[in-house]
Amino acid sequence: MEYALLIYGDEKVWAARTDEERRELTARHETFARMLEERGAMRGGKELALADNATTLRRERESLDDAVSVTDGPFAETAEVLGGYYVIEAADLDEAIVLAKQLPERVVEIRPIVP
Amino acid sequence: MTAQEAVEQAYRDHWARLLALLVTRLRRFDVVEDGLQDAFVAAARTWPEQGVPDRPAAWLLTAARRRALDRLRREETDQRRLPLLVTDEVAEDEPGVLTDERLRLLFACAHPALSPDARAALMLRFGAGLRTAEIARLFLVPEPTMAARLTRAKAKIAVAGIPLRAPTADELPARLGILLKVVYLLFTEGYRATDGAELQRPRLAAEAIRLGYVLGELLPDQDEIVALLALMILQHARRDARVDDGRLVLLADQDRSRWHHDELARGRSLVNGLAEPYGQYHLQALIAAEHSSGAPDWPRIAGLYAELERRTGSPVVRLNRAVAVAEAGSPEAALAMVEDLEKTLPRNHLVPTVRAELLARLDRRAEAASAFDAALALVRTDPERAHLTRRRAEF
Repeated sequence: MEYALLIYGDEKVWAARTDEERRELTARHETFARMLEERGAMRGGKELALADNATTLRRERESLDDAVSVTDGPFAETAEVLGGYYVIEAADLDEAIVLAKQLPERVVEIRPIVP
Repeated sequence: MTAQEAVEQAYRDHWARLLALLVTRLRRFDVVEDGLQDAFVAAARTWPEQGVPDRPAAWLLTAARRRALDRLRREETDQRRLPLLVTDEVAEDEPGVLTDERLRLLFACAHPALSPDARAALMLRFGAGLRTAEIARLFLVPEPTMAARLTRAKAKIAVAGIPLRAPTADELPARLGILLKVVYLLFTEGYRATDGAELQRPRLAAEAIRLGYVLGELLPDQDEIVALLALMILQHARRDARVDDGRLVLLADQDRSRWHHDELARGRSLVNGLAEPYGQYHLQALIAAEHSSGAPDWPRIAGLYAELERRTGSPVVRLNRAVAVAEAGSPEAALAMVEDLEKTLPRNHLVPTVRAELLARLDRRAEAASAFDAALALVRTDPERAHLTRRRAEF
């Protein structure tokens, strides 16, 4: 099965990181990605730019005929936002949990991907 | 035994085992439940005419598997999207295999990725084999509510990929801990309901005990299972004496002839067979054994609670410890112990109840009266409310 590992956190904390801390975190993510590669479990992943830079499109209905409104900012104004994701291959949820536990992040949501 | 009785007997004896066996192969709860249902309907129709088969379980397994596979094939033709999830052919009716399947199913039902409500419902459905309507009655919710809860939980198991496998040796202590907690929560809800007209729901408590026996058979040599089983048996044995005419009866006033002494003996012999070091359920079972001894050794009970509090840090344990300390002759010390509990357990009526009784014992009547009022504002079962109202009137 494929799972998305969604990394959530407080952007204020992320934005306040020193260069040194950023380099350390990047190194830890590289280690995590390498571990996934070695196990053949890596299906992709990206870090997202801060949510300040997001643009949200909205329609009244799910129809191409409907007019689109374009607004600045993320979909939901919450303290904890999506900051990045991995897509992994795992036999089942238990295996996905074992892999996700090795992510150096505070909050990780595991979502199965629809086959 | 008539053919109809044989079908009912087969349902009680084999339903949960057959379900576990088929679900671990086909990985689809809905299809397997329907297939099993079909098989029992077929048995009820054909056994009276053709006679009860020599091996009813094998007959039912074959019939249920065929019907479940039919359903899966039909779905596949209808939708052309589902791969047939059959992993391998079903093994013959070997006891060892079935044991393993049931254990896998129980651990899936108590998976940490499921909500506590879902775990409890799944455990009764697939561990104890109760029907949805019965589970709804035991939890005092409408049947459609319980059906929806079970459907959601089954969908989560399938969609999220919760595996049907027994934990590895490394995982076992933590996973068994959750599993036992699910069983014990079922029991405590049966032993002391959180709300409703009845103080206890003996049927729910009995189902929890049955699950304890099942676990003990499936995982022999696990002291925590035996300890939990002993604890539940000892507490359940006093069920008929705890309520009289809809009124709560406290331990000291219980009619001991209404205790089930055979069950108490069974519980005690289980506790006595346990080795040190004490686990949490072991400590609680020792306390329950003291409580039902006729002449409880309160200083010993207080000591056991102190050890339990040290391990768990639980405010509920502290409350119980305070009661034991008061019974052992130190109500002032007990009162000091419950002083800050109203902050940590603000909605638990037992905190002001215990405070009220301690104040009453110290003859601080006005404070006792107001503590009883606080308890009455929080209490949610009728027998306890009646008891508190009566006590309040004495001050």
